[in-house]
Order: sequence, then structure tokens, then C-alpha cells
Amino acid sequence: MAETQFSILDPFSSVDLGLAQSADGVKQWAIDNRGVIQPIKNFFNDMIVGIDTALNAVPPMIMLLIMVLIAWQAGGRRVAILVAVCMFALGFLSPNAWGLAMTTLAIVISAVILCFIIGLPLGILAGKNDRFEAGIRPVLDTMQTIPAFVYLVPVVMLIGIGNVSGVIVTIIFALPPLIRLTSLGIRGVNPSVVEAARAFGANPRQILFKVELPLATPTILAGVNQTIMLSLSMVVIASMISVKGLGNEVLRAMGRLDAGKALVGGLGIVILAVVLDRITQGMGQSGRERGHRHWWQGGPVGAVLRLAGKN
Amino acid sequence: MTGAGQEAVIDCRNLWKIFGRRADEAMKAVQKQGLGKIEVRDQFDCVVGVQDATFTVGRGEIFCIMGLSGSGKSTLIRHVNRLIEPTSGQLFIEGQDVNQLSARQLREVRAEKIGMVFQNMALMPHRTVLENVSFSQEVRGHSLRERRENALRAIDAVDLNGWDQKYPDELSGGMQQRVGLARAIAADPSILLMDEPFSALDPLIRRQLQDKFMSLSAEMKKTTLFITHDLDEAIRIGHRIAIMKDGALVQVGTPEDIVTNPADDYVADFVAGISKLELISAGKIMEPVAVFEKREGPVDLSTWPEAHPDHSLDDLVNLSIATQHPVVVKANGHPIGIVTKNALLRGIKGEVDVMNTAAE
Repeated sequence: MAETQFSILDPFSSVDLGLAQSADGVKQWAIDNRGVIQPIKNFFNDMIVGIDTALNAVPPMIMLLIMVLIAWQAGGRRVAILVAVCMFALGFLSPNAWGLAMTTLAIVISAVILCFIIGLPLGILAGKNDRFEAGIRPVLDTMQTIPAFVYLVPVVMLIGIGNVSGVIVTIIFALPPLIRLTSLGIRGVNPSVVEAARAFGANPRQILFKVELPLATPTILAGVNQTIMLSLSMVVIASMISVKGLGNEVLRAMGRLDAGKALVGGLGIVILAVVLDRITQGMGQSGRERGHRHWWQGGPVGAVLRLAGKN
Repeated sequence: MTGAGQEAVIDCRNLWKIFGRRADEAMKAVQKQGLGKIEVRDQFDCVVGVQDATFTVGRGEIFCIMGLSGSGKSTLIRHVNRLIEPTSGQLFIEGQDVNQLSARQLREVRAEKIGMVFQNMALMPHRTVLENVSFSQEVRGHSLRERRENALRAIDAVDLNGWDQKYPDELSGGMQQRVGLARAIAADPSILLMDEPFSALDPLIRRQLQDKFMSLSAEMKKTTLFITHDLDEAIRIGHRIAIMKDGALVQVGTPEDIVTNPADDYVADFVAGISKLELISAGKIMEPVAVFEKREGPVDLSTWPEAHPDHSLDDLVNLSIATQHPVVVKANGHPIGIVTKNALLRGIKGEVDVMNTAAE
């Protein structure tokens, strides 16, 4: 390599701070700390495989029924019918589509659960603390805009290929809206209601759990909905690091220029997205908007309770 | 300043509140150099919320603070339960300095000693009426049965029986504020803080709620600090009234004091439009019988209508309508004064002859 002359007009090409090389050090660090990383990886892998096995162990028709019931409870009769139609369509896409969809669902559920566990406290903190919000905002922007391939490689170096890396990559991309919307929801709570709670002697914890979180719930659920949607949009990219499921179908079809197979995978993802979106949106709506007072008074639970009450 | 022989339940001494980043500096400058509101704003970029407020409220008394928006009355009332920390000065509740309480003690005082009603109701939309009303007892950890009983009693007191399972948005504005009132009295506190509770309601409902509040208050004998921007309301409800302007208490006195002896032009302006019919008593406008007879010669009082010194101008008007004669004011059966038609008209205009009052 020829020695480059430093020039004041173009200082950038001659100065090398070695950022790229130092990022390479991640690999060595990962190898050195294998003993720490492995057990954590195994724990999460077991969780994902557990959910996957459970979802695939249930016969498709039973699973379909369960999902329809959940949809009925969360979003009412119309959503339930839509979910039923969608799930039948998904099953008939191809003979193995159902199994692949369940695997994808397992990855999404794991990612969303972890997002919720990480995102909710961070979002509450951001909602309460202006400085923390100011600090975390550029981090969230980075997480959402940085191309997935950039962090795909370091994550694989750290953890290796497989489900766990897939979930981590998904979390990086899908977490920001949950944090943002939780913060927004907490900030959107009517300050006079919070003041009233203080005036009647509530402590900060009671204000959070009895006033702020319940009032922020619709916004937080909108964040969960966004997180689910973004998780689904990551499944194709995650399949590049050997995550199974519908995304892998699409990836393999791309490699073989197999339009039919790609369509099956793609449609499967879309249908799953529609189903999950309608169910979570239904949860975000309060029961009172649909004409009953408490959640247990509507849907299948309400029907069962009414039947039990009659006898 | 309190009524005779009453203990001070709320005792506010030289309370100052200055908002802004340099509040402490500004406070020192005010104490040393006696800066005014405008100097503080220009030199320190701070806003004076309350300046040097001193007052006491006796047990069972309803103390109204009247002022226009921005006069600092809502800021002042929030010092009583320390929703706002004062920059300087002290505030005692039943002898206890509120600003010395620990966070824990403060929460206890807020939940058990003080009930607060807000202008915008501030009910929790995700809780039923019952859950709203029992909130202060819930955060204190009282048993479900106990708080339900107390809450239902409070709901009953504001005539909302049968609405306990509804949500606030299913209620009209007036009913919502009654829930607010029920919430404030549910834990049976000794002090009520009312921050313009009826201002957001239409006049008819406001009047109903004022009546409801007054009857409840007479029954429960709660010490009340009542904020309003409506002098009519203050006069109707308050035992004593404080007029607030630019964060300072301009005048403190009984409704009659304020109306007949405004301390300055500002108060006089307010009082100008107030009907004096119910406020001024016959004793204030009568002239002694001797003075009357000196001017008019001896008269036969037996055919004239009779009134008591405590009778209001309204009563005197009713008596005077039926006759051409002046009204004779009697105490213990003896005539002590005469109210002529002219004196009555002057009284209605609020012109009370100080000479006569002094001679009384």
C-alpha cells in the first residue's frame, strides 16, 4: 500500500482511526468469552425451540380454533371470522405452509416477549425522564435505520448462526417503536389526573401502576402491534443466518428463482401479519368501545359465563 | 384574623412562591431589597406566583380565595397539601409544619387529612365511580370492604346512588364534579381544598352544586379552602373572603366587610356589580331614633313596619313596599333606629353611612 500524503483539503482519505479493525476485535472477544455466552445462548434457544415445538405439536385445526377464539375475545366476531378465513388460506397455501408458519410464529412470539421485557421499562424511563429520552432517541434512530446486514455479521460472530441470533437481530429492529410509544403513552397521560392521584396520597409506584400505565395501555399496545409487524418483516433477513420458517422458504426460492415457492412464503408472512395485527389492534381497543363494560363480558368467555349463569 | 376562639386548622405564614430557575436568588433579593414583581421578572427571569401570603382558617370555617385567573390562587391552594413547594414561608396544618413532613408522612396527610376537588374534575377515566371515590383509601391499603362502605356513603352524600358502577364518561359534567366531591370526602378528611370546583359548570348546575356543597359542609363541619374567580360564589359560600391580586392577598374579611369597605380601587371594582340586598343588615343603615326625631319632629312609631337589626336589605324592601312610612328597627322590643326610604336606597347602592355605623 502506497503511503498517502496528508492533505488539508482531503484529510479523510489519509487518516485511518482503525474503527473497522477494532470492530473486528468483537470476534476475538467472543471466542475468549465463549463460556459466558454459551449458557445464555442455550437458555434462549431452549425457549424458542420450546415455543416452536409446542406450536407445532398442536394439531392445526385445534390451533386454528384457539386462534379464532383469541381473536374473538380480543377483537370481536368480525375479527374472529377474518382470522378463521386467513388461517384456512394459510393452511391451504401448500402442504407444509402451516408448520413453517408456526415456526415463524414461535420466533416472532419470542422476539416480541423479549422486546416487551426490555422495551417497557426503558419506555417508562424515557417517558419520565427527559434526559434519558434525549439520550436514547439517537440510539433508537440508529437501531431503526442502520441496515440489518451491518449488525447481522457481529451478532453471528458473537453468538453463531441459528434461532437466537435471529431473535436478537429481530429485537434490534423491532424494539424502537415499543420504547417510543410507551414513552409517548406515559407522557400523554392527563397531568391533572396524575396530580389528583398525588393529592390523594398515592406514591410514585402506585401512580405508575394505578394511573399512568392503565391510561397509557392503548398507546403501549399500538407499540406492541408495531413491534410484531416489524418482527415479521425481519424473518426473511433472519433466515440468512439459518432461522427456519416462512422466511427461509422465501430465501431458498430466491436462490432457485422459484417464483411459486417465493409466493407461498411471502403470502404466508402477509397472512400471519394480518392475523397478528387484527388481534393486537383488538386488544388495544377497550371493551367499552364495543359495547360491553369488562373484557370478560364479551367474546367466548362472556358467552360461556352467560351460559353458566343461565343454568 | 380567625373567628372568635377558633383554633387555626390551616395557618399560612409569609408564604412566597417564585417560579423560575433562579428562584432562590430572586427570593433573597426580594427579602433584602424589597423588589417588586416586575423587577423580579426583569432581573431574574422569574415569575412571582404567591407573594407574602398570610392567613389562617379556623375549624369548620369556609375560607374563600377570590381572584382573577393568573392571580396565583391555584398556586396558593396547592401549598396546603404541598403539591407545590414554597420558596419561603411556612404552612401549618393543625399545628404541623407541612414542609417539614417526610415524603411518607406527607402522603399520609394527603390521603387522610385533606380532600381536594379540582376545576377539571380530574377523575380517572379507567376507573368506575366507586373505584374513583375509594382511591385515597385504596392507596392507604384499607380493606376492600371498608373502602367500599366509605365510598358508598360518600356517593350517597352527593346523591349519586346507583351510579357507582358507571364510568366517569357516562356521567354529565355536574355529576362528574359530584363524584369529585365524593372522592374528596370519602376518607372523611378534616380539610377540604376546593380549586374552582364549580367554574366549569353551567349556571344552573353550579347553583345546585353550591347548595349541595353548603348543606354538606354545614353537616360535616369541614374546614374548607375554596378557590373561585366568581365573587358572587365567594359571597354565597364563604364565611370569610380573601381577595387575591398578582399573587398577594389584597383584603381579607367577611363578605359584608369586603362589600361595604373595599380596601382599594381594585376590590371596589369587583364589588361594584354585587347585589347588596342579602349582605347589608338593617343595623348598618339605620339612623338612631333621636337623630331622626330631631330632624323630623316627634313621630308615632306604632303604625310603622318593624324590623330586626339583623334583617337584610331584601327584608326591608319587602316591608317598605306595602307602606309610605319608614321602617322602625327594634331590638328586644325597643325601637333603636329608623330606616328611611332614602337610607334604604343608599344601602342598596352600597353607600353605608360610616357615621351611623359608628354611632350604633
